[in-house]
Amino acid sequence: MKYRLPAQPGEWIDRTQELNFRFEGAAFTGFAGDVIASALMAHGVQLLGRSFKYHRPRGVYSLAGHDANAMFSDGTHTHWRGDSVLLAQGMDLRAVNTIGGLKGDRLNFVERFSRFMPVGFYYKAFHRPVWAFPFYEKQTRKIAGLGEVNSALLPTASPKDYAWCDVLVVGGGAAGLEAAWAAGETGVRVMLVEEQARLGGSLAWQHGRNLAVQQACGELVAALAGMANVEIRCATMAGGHYADHWVALFDAVRMTKLRAGAVVYTPGAIEQPAVFGHNDLPGVMLGSAFQRLVHLYAIKPCDRMVVLAANSAAYGVALDMLAAGVEVAAIADLRPDGEPSVLGEEVAAAGVPIYRGHAVYEAVPRGDKGGLRGAVVAPVDDAIAARRGEIIACDGLAVSVGWMPNAALLSQAGVEFSYGQTLEQLTPIAQPDGVFVAGRARGVYDLAQQREDGRVAGYMAARYTGQYDGEVAAAPQTAKEAHSHPYPIFPHRGKKNFVDFDEDLHLTDFANAHQEGYDSIELLKRYSTVGMGPSQGKLANMNAVRILAKLNGDSINDTGSTTSRPFYQPVPLGHLAGRRFHPLRRTSSHEWHRGHDAEFYHAGDWYRPEYYHHGDTQRDECIVQEARQVRQSLGIIDVGTLGKLMVNGPDAVELLERLYTGRFKKLAVGRYRYGVALDERGVVIEDGVIARLAEDRFYVTATSGGADAFYREMLRWAMIWDLDVTLSNATGQLAALNLAGPHSRMALAPLTDLDLSPEAFPYLGVREGEVCGVRALVMRVGFVGELGYEVHVPAWEGERVWRALFEAGAEWGVRPFGVEAQRLLRLEKGHLIVGHDTDALTHPYEVGLSWAIGNNKRFFVGQRSLQVYAERDIERTLVGVRWPEGFKGALPEECNLIISGGRMVGRMTSLASASPLGYPLGMAFVEPDMGEPGTRVEVRLDAGVMSVAEVVALPFYDPDDERQKL
Amino acid sequence: MKILTCPVNGSRPIQEFSYGGEVRAMPDPKGIGDEAWADYVFNRSGEPGIQREWWYHIASNTWFIAERDTISDEFIRTYLWEASA
Repeated sequence: MKYRLPAQPGEWIDRTQELNFRFEGAAFTGFAGDVIASALMAHGVQLLGRSFKYHRPRGVYSLAGHDANAMFSDGTHTHWRGDSVLLAQGMDLRAVNTIGGLKGDRLNFVERFSRFMPVGFYYKAFHRPVWAFPFYEKQTRKIAGLGEVNSALLPTASPKDYAWCDVLVVGGGAAGLEAAWAAGETGVRVMLVEEQARLGGSLAWQHGRNLAVQQACGELVAALAGMANVEIRCATMAGGHYADHWVALFDAVRMTKLRAGAVVYTPGAIEQPAVFGHNDLPGVMLGSAFQRLVHLYAIKPCDRMVVLAANSAAYGVALDMLAAGVEVAAIADLRPDGEPSVLGEEVAAAGVPIYRGHAVYEAVPRGDKGGLRGAVVAPVDDAIAARRGEIIACDGLAVSVGWMPNAALLSQAGVEFSYGQTLEQLTPIAQPDGVFVAGRARGVYDLAQQREDGRVAGYMAARYTGQYDGEVAAAPQTAKEAHSHPYPIFPHRGKKNFVDFDEDLHLTDFANAHQEGYDSIELLKRYSTVGMGPSQGKLANMNAVRILAKLNGDSINDTGSTTSRPFYQPVPLGHLAGRRFHPLRRTSSHEWHRGHDAEFYHAGDWYRPEYYHHGDTQRDECIVQEARQVRQSLGIIDVGTLGKLMVNGPDAVELLERLYTGRFKKLAVGRYRYGVALDERGVVIEDGVIARLAEDRFYVTATSGGADAFYREMLRWAMIWDLDVTLSNATGQLAALNLAGPHSRMALAPLTDLDLSPEAFPYLGVREGEVCGVRALVMRVGFVGELGYEVHVPAWEGERVWRALFEAGAEWGVRPFGVEAQRLLRLEKGHLIVGHDTDALTHPYEVGLSWAIGNNKRFFVGQRSLQVYAERDIERTLVGVRWPEGFKGALPEECNLIISGGRMVGRMTSLASASPLGYPLGMAFVEPDMGEPGTRVEVRLDAGVMSVAEVVALPFYDPDDERQKL
Repeated sequence: MKILTCPVNGSRPIQEFSYGGEVRAMPDPKGIGDEAWADYVFNRSGEPGIQREWWYHIASNTWFIAERDTISDEFIRTYLWEASA
């Protein structure tokens, strides 16, 4: 580690812990606390990565994760960012995006073809001839892109966490530490998050040599650590700001969803690059990156450096260089008058040549292009001089020409910015309620004022939460002089002047895009892809806006900026992926079904038996056997998932009359009717039975999937109509089972006190009595087309009653049947299932339900729309279709289209590939003129071939309903 | 995630609620032409500004009205339905 300096006052490395790692096959060592990039730089490794498009050599540029030059893979993690990922023992790293290794990357030839790859070339090139595109695509994907996904990786669950606080402070620099302290002092619950591994922010590097500042910072951190109501999370990134101060926090292992009462943003400022020839060479870096290398990691990256300056920070960098033993070859200061502060004199006194009103026009590459050998310095705005300008020998170049507020999350939070020419940067002008900005992000550059600004914001945030009512002083003024150059862009013909390092976009790309008409920032972004790389334009967007403003002759404010969206930095997909919280509902007899080899499936929230395995019998045959047993003798099905609603009160019948199409006023006590409910468009949304238990007491069943939504609408309408009813949803409180088949009466009779004789308890009857000694509601139903009894009992008795009935049915060979057999049986009866055989446009006339509409009713929901439909011809009709007996050919899936004369004329809604009737059958929507029994229809299978079926009259089975009326 | 204040249960995450559409009075179906009825059924103004909306607190079966500024997506106030309102 020969580039490592002696111990620095606030360094982040632990020299007692040496770590071994490998990079591109070679062995290296580093210290605990190093990030990957610093550990490599300590060995003089300047070449850390290859660029996205041209495979140009790249090195440390920001060392803050604001660029994506240094990305590494260990084969498992695809995109470890060298600026921020801490070194760990045993890492085996490779640079991404190379073929044949970083040094000898065989793809660096791509750059020679760069003139064939103008901006937007992938929108234009490779599309002719069309057949060749897949080849081009494959090659392009190999060359471009950043790393390879390890498709053999086993997914690991990333836990989610939730957190709450009164005041969240984002950013642990000077202003953030003070904000957290001030808010903490008021007693509210504070959380302070810092993206870096340690607190301090710019205090740690910009003021690295200032021992008084270091000591003050240490005291502040210690004070915070001592506050019980302040939680500090380092190495934690606030990645997105959502509604009502809902902030996504990311650390190495998880995402935390945090709800804050108020948020103080102190994210600091991002140092911005200058644009000049070869400004991306390894060795060219931001002044702040140099300071981070020296003060955080004790690394001297170069021996002789040039500084490109436009503010006093640059002079601090120069002094840091001198202190670190770096020779400062020159300062090129863009300002004609140079540095006004005392720093200017200090640097001059050290004998550093200062070129006022000068720019760097080119970083001159070394022979191997892996670094620089000098910098061309010439007067600003004198391109001719630039071409023959003086080459100042150096192996490093620090750029410190301006800052931009780290605004991504602020923009997401709704903070508005405006560009001001005093500061030559964006500053916030309007903040939403509960969001506060302090420090350099607000344009405050003086350290004492940054701290004061943070305190003010901390108190303001505490006051916003309503838990603090102290007076808060006014925030300090923003800086009075510019810390940024208005246009740090110095075109150098023929050399690559990079604006966006992520996407390899250079200055001419912008001019070309503008010439092609992309003259708005949002269009320019999408066409050129500026700001769309992994660092999301942190270093590119501001200069892109400046360039476009100049091309358009507009102001920065009129040019605008692109929209900032989550996430602030890329996050691993695994942190976002996760289980969704889905409620899971089981019927009361679930365990019994499991014990009887049921195959379960999800029906909405419910777990229902689809069918029961029967030895080695195949699925379809199991289903047919279950159905046949119902037809021939006896079956039992768990229908506990049915919606079970109680509608009681003087206005109960009125509510039902208004919600359902049918009539219920004259429904006798002890009887039920089938009911259909519509929405206001006249579309069928629900069906079920409405049973009258007393004059003012109704029991209503609804579909398993739609019950909750329908109950919700019932509540709303009852409220709007101001009806005197009591509604309750008893779906979960009651178990229900259906005993179906010709022997159901004989099986049930011994277990109930109800008289089951056809005279005493006819079809469409409902009775309250006891079953197995349990209070029960029993309905004589016919959904599956056989004699049947639906028994509703309290859920906690459900399994006992189920077992008792199953045992009682043994004499008739009872079989449990699942949802599939039930569907098959009802299909044979031509009974539709709402939401399965109907869709979001189906009205009753299309599905043969006109009989269920009460004539001359005063009102029901959907009635007015039905009046319109009644006057029109229907456009489709639901019919039965069948295939020949013993048909063994390929059959359609539900929803396959029916085609006639090359035109879509309908679709399958239900299909049973086998049935007790011995032939495949189904239901389908067809055009009305195809609804006649005997019509031939052709259904197109998924494979594209046609299957021929015949329209038949519904139902397929027992057209006179004799079986269910036994 | 937004916070919505149920008049009965207080401020809760929006996940606990279900949106029930704009509050609109049903015109008298008897005295209305087909077109005017279709306009009521199918068209919504979508005009930006403060809108009265139905919201439903799922866990407690509570319907209520929220006034929301659709420009800023801010809830202005929430209150229970009054049959006379």
